[in-house]
Amino acid sequence: MSDDRDNGEAAEVATATLPLDAWHRAKGGRMVEFADYWMPIQYEGIMAEHLWTRENAGLFDVSHMGQLLLSGDGVAEALERLVPGDISALKPGRMRYSLLLADDGGILDDLMITNEGDQFGIVVNGAVKWEDIGHLRESLPDDITLNHNEDYGLLALQGPKAVDALARLVPDAANLVFMQAMPAEWQGHAIGISRSGYTGEDGFEISLPNDALEAFADALCAMEEVKPIGLGARDSLRLEAGLPLYGHDLDPAIDPIEGDLGFAIGKRRREEGGFPGAARILGHLADGAPRKRVGLLVDGKLPVREGARLFDGEDEIGIVTSGGFAPSVGAPIAMGYVPRDHAVPGKPVAAEVRGKRVHCTVAAMPFVPHRYVRKQGG
Amino acid sequence: MPRYYTEEHEWIEVDGDVATVGITDFAQEQLGDIVFVEVPDTGAELSQGGDAAVVESVKAASDVYAPVDGTVTEGNGQLEEDPALVNSDPEGEGWFFRMTLSDKSQLDGLMNATAYKVFCDAL
Repeated sequence: MSDDRDNGEAAEVATATLPLDAWHRAKGGRMVEFADYWMPIQYEGIMAEHLWTRENAGLFDVSHMGQLLLSGDGVAEALERLVPGDISALKPGRMRYSLLLADDGGILDDLMITNEGDQFGIVVNGAVKWEDIGHLRESLPDDITLNHNEDYGLLALQGPKAVDALARLVPDAANLVFMQAMPAEWQGHAIGISRSGYTGEDGFEISLPNDALEAFADALCAMEEVKPIGLGARDSLRLEAGLPLYGHDLDPAIDPIEGDLGFAIGKRRREEGGFPGAARILGHLADGAPRKRVGLLVDGKLPVREGARLFDGEDEIGIVTSGGFAPSVGAPIAMGYVPRDHAVPGKPVAAEVRGKRVHCTVAAMPFVPHRYVRKQGG
Repeated sequence: MPRYYTEEHEWIEVDGDVATVGITDFAQEQLGDIVFVEVPDTGAELSQGGDAAVVESVKAASDVYAPVDGTVTEGNGQLEEDPALVNSDPEGEGWFFRMTLSDKSQLDGLMNATAYKVFCDAL
C-alpha cells in the first residue's frame, strides 16, 4: 500500500515550522508538509473534525498565511491598480475578498483586504506569499510601505459555537458581523479579530503575536465546544462551502469570471475598469466566459479528485480542480471547469477516474449553506 | 493459519493454496477515514508488487499491492457498502480479496507479525 497517488510536491526549500509546531504535536496532530511548512493534517480524524466544526467550534492554525500591512498616502488607489475590488469605498473596520491580478487578468492569488484605519491589512495564501510580496513591492509606488508581519500568527475559530467561545476571551468580538474587523487586546497583547473564515460557518480569524499564540489556543481549547482541527477538514469544509483553493481551483491561467468570482469585481470598478486585465475580465463579464468553475455532485461513492478529466459523451470538456468525500453531504463532491454551455445546474457530465466514467451533475454552490452572521440580532 | 506482512502494509493469511489479503491496522490508522475501496475482479491475475486494489480515504487515494503472484477468487463485497470496515476491523472483516498462490516460495520474502511490528516501530 502506498500514498503515491497523493499530489505531494517535493520540497525545494527547507520546510519551516509554525510557532505552534510543538503544540500541534502535543495535541496529537499528524504533521505534513504544506506550503513549505509542517502543518497538522488531522488530530483525531478528518471526518470527526469536519463534523465537529459544523456543529461546535474548530480551531485552525493558519499562521502559514502571509499577513501584510500596507500604508502610505493613496494606498487604496495604489491597491486598486492591482486588484478589481472597490478598495477606496472600504470603510475602516470592514474587509473584502479580492484578487491579485496579472496583467492579462489571470489570478495570482486570492486575498482578504481589511481597512484597519491607518493602514490596510492583507492576508494572502501561504503557498504564494513570497511571490505576492515580490509582486506588490514591484508594482506599488515607492511611497507605499509594505510590511510582512512575521511576528504575528493567525488562528481561525470556526463553527456555530465560535462566537460563544471567543466572547469569553474577548467579549466585544460578538459585536462584529461577517466581514467586519476590529483591533482588541488580550492579556496585554494587541490582537486583531475579524468575523470571517474559510468553512462557510460563522467564525473568526484572530491575528496575534507569536508569543501569545499558545496561551490563546490553550484558552480556547480548554472550552468544551472547541477542538483543534487540521488541514484535512479545512479542505473538506471549504469544498462544501464552494470556496476555491488557490493553486488548485484558481491559478494564473484563470480570470475572475472564469473562476466564478465576479462578485469580487466592485460595481464602480466594472464601470471604470483600471485594474489588470480589465478588457478581458469586463468582456467576460458582459458576454460570459468560455469556461466556468462549477460544483459537481458525484453519483455513487467513488471520490472524484483533482485532475480527473470531464467528458460529455466522447468529448473531453473540462477538468476537476478539487474533489473528495464531503462529510456533511455524505457523498463525494467536486469542483472544476466546464465550458459555458455546460455551466448550468442539472447538466450531466462524466468524470474519468482510473479509466472508469463516473456520472456527475453540475450543481449550484455552496453544497452546504453558508451560515454567516450578517446582521446583529438578525 | 500463518499470516505474513509486506513493507507496503498489506497482510496475507494463507490457508493451503489460497490466501486472504487486506491492509494492516497501521495502514488504516495512517490513512484515516476510509470512504471507498475498489477491490479486484474475480479472475484478475495479480503479480507480486503490482496494483491490486485502491483504497480512498477522505484525503487521498492509495494503491494496495499484491503481496504475491496469483489469481483473485473473491473480492470483499461488503466493503462496497461499508468501506469504514477497513478502519474498524482492518485485519478481520475489512479484508480486501482472496487469491490463489502461484508461487508459495514468495511468502519466504515477507515478514511475520513480530518482524512487521519491529518494521513499523522503526517508521
